[in-house]
Amino acid sequence: MSQLANPPAALDAPSASMASGVWKRFRKHPGAIFGFVVISTLIILALLAPLSPYNPEASEMEIRNQPPAWNHIMGTDALGRDLFTRVLYGGRVSLTVGLLVVLFSITIGVPIGALAGYYGGAVDSVLMRLTDAFLSLPSFLVLILLSAILREVEAPLFERNNVLTISLVIGAFGWTTFARLVRAAFLTLRETDFVAAVRALGGSDLRIILRHILPNAIGPITVEATLEFGYAIIEESGLSFLGFGIQPPTPSWGNLLSNAQEHFTKYPWLAIFPGLMIFFSIISINYIGDGLRDAFDPYKVLEKVGEV
Amino acid sequence: MATYIARRLIQTVGLLFILSVLLFALVNLAPGGPLAGHGQSRHINPAKIELLKRQFGLDKPLPMQYLIWLVGNDWMQVDADGDGALDSYGARLGILRGDFGFSFRTRQPVLTEIGSRLPNTIYLTIVTLLVAAAIAIPIGIISAVRQYSAFDITVTTFSFAGQAIPEFWLGLILILIFYAWLKNPFTGAPLLPPGGMTSTNAAGFDLGDRVIHLILPVATGALGWIAWYSRFLRSSMLEVIHQDYIRTARAKGLNNWKVLYKHALRNALIPLITLLALDMPYIFSGAVFVEFLFAWPGMGRLYYQAALQRDYPVLMAVLIIGAGFIILSNLLADIVYAWLDPRIRLE
Repeated sequence: MSQLANPPAALDAPSASMASGVWKRFRKHPGAIFGFVVISTLIILALLAPLSPYNPEASEMEIRNQPPAWNHIMGTDALGRDLFTRVLYGGRVSLTVGLLVVLFSITIGVPIGALAGYYGGAVDSVLMRLTDAFLSLPSFLVLILLSAILREVEAPLFERNNVLTISLVIGAFGWTTFARLVRAAFLTLRETDFVAAVRALGGSDLRIILRHILPNAIGPITVEATLEFGYAIIEESGLSFLGFGIQPPTPSWGNLLSNAQEHFTKYPWLAIFPGLMIFFSIISINYIGDGLRDAFDPYKVLEKVGEV
Repeated sequence: MATYIARRLIQTVGLLFILSVLLFALVNLAPGGPLAGHGQSRHINPAKIELLKRQFGLDKPLPMQYLIWLVGNDWMQVDADGDGALDSYGARLGILRGDFGFSFRTRQPVLTEIGSRLPNTIYLTIVTLLVAAAIAIPIGIISAVRQYSAFDITVTTFSFAGQAIPEFWLGLILILIFYAWLKNPFTGAPLLPPGGMTSTNAAGFDLGDRVIHLILPVATGALGWIAWYSRFLRSSMLEVIHQDYIRTARAKGLNNWKVLYKHALRNALIPLITLLALDMPYIFSGAVFVEFLFAWPGMGRLYYQAALQRDYPVLMAVLIIGAGFIILSNLLADIVYAWLDPRIRLE
């Protein structure tokens, strides 16, 4: 009987010890540390972009298409703007889209998965058919269609495919993995003894979902959030590269590449640097995801909260 | 098995129905409505728009429009000349009878447009997949068999990088290297062409010319798949070679290669084949970038051009066909899986 009283108490505060354990294992993963350092550097550089002496949008026609040199380390573009400065501002846009997409995907996907997994039955089948419908669409093609439609919209918050619009569009298709993942976790966890114990003690459904089951699904959610961050950056760049995403003059890594495309054989630096940024962020994010997956070994997490 | 397939097919129909409603609603509720791409010209006057609306049946309530889109309007009187009075039977057959309407952009039937582009995409996709498999399978096997060797570590690192390179950037860099920088030592012309399926002056079928035009698009498309499949096969191979029956095969005195090829690889390939079926749709989505970069006259390029001008009949047709294709390849993946692995029984 003492066991029945203990798990809820232990469950209320597993996060501190879990987080430190995860961090300990994460630190031992060389790829993850590489990724962490690179992506942190990119984020800091993007945040410091306003310190650049150059204006990202004002053209200077006398220094058009200059190759990289000491004062313009990535060269200048067709309007004489410093490419490095534009890449930094583009990084703000691309990384923000990535973060917002993760936020939106989690906000939609986690509740859907939690409800489907916890209640099962009719709720589950309706929500999962909806998820299936989204998964059956060629998502990137739908993203193209949506952003092509929204590109001409001039509504106050969603003017001409700004960061918010593009993030919502990508997020509208990013939630499905979260829903499936969370559902799977809930399906197994709702049958466990500790959930039965909380229920016997009179815990409400909401309390069980939020305080007792969800914290146990935090590992896979975190790993998926990391990977989704990467996918979102690739999708935003891809859309912008095709001209449907973030609209110039706002720079994003994708539309910088798109602008470069016309004369890139003559001015290759315009195509090389923005692409390198995408490449380095994606590889870092993938390494971090890999490291987190190892660090959040589900058995170790379950051991901590008294299961197994 | 037959019951399983039948039930899945019925589910497929249901899912396609939901998707068709979603897509139809999306296009019709979009700002500008379905005619947004039709009257690209700013000179078009409101009276003309009204006329077009009546001619296209856009004055009817949405559920009715959906029904017409689905089953056609040859069973009802329509206002063909747009003067406000019903005058003849409609000519549309509806998508259920394979009538996806006319492209706003080219005024061709949508199916004709798709029919002329689809073979080019399938051709490129098959070559890309074959090349990817031919490179990824041996790499995956060798890295698994020689786990943690220099080869394995190099390949694993490269495949991590390969998965992080965006296709559109890789294509640009390859064009830069093989078209702009490297020259054919004999003629001084660029080493490889930057796009197209054949040279414009090619007379008849020229295999060499075709192959030369395939190299860059295939390399661009295949790299990510090589990285992904070799990593995947490596882990599934590692799982298999530590099983008891492999040890038994070795203990029987079979030579190493026979154990690997006859016993291990066969089982390690099963998940890979399923994965291939599941990935088919992504290969088609990826075709947008490759076909855009290399001016390849396929479905991806068609879709891109249609999206530029909001050519809704083409966009809807590609999406509906694409969705059907995804659902069927998921079903195929399940069936192939059960067929290759007799332990799995579908219910």
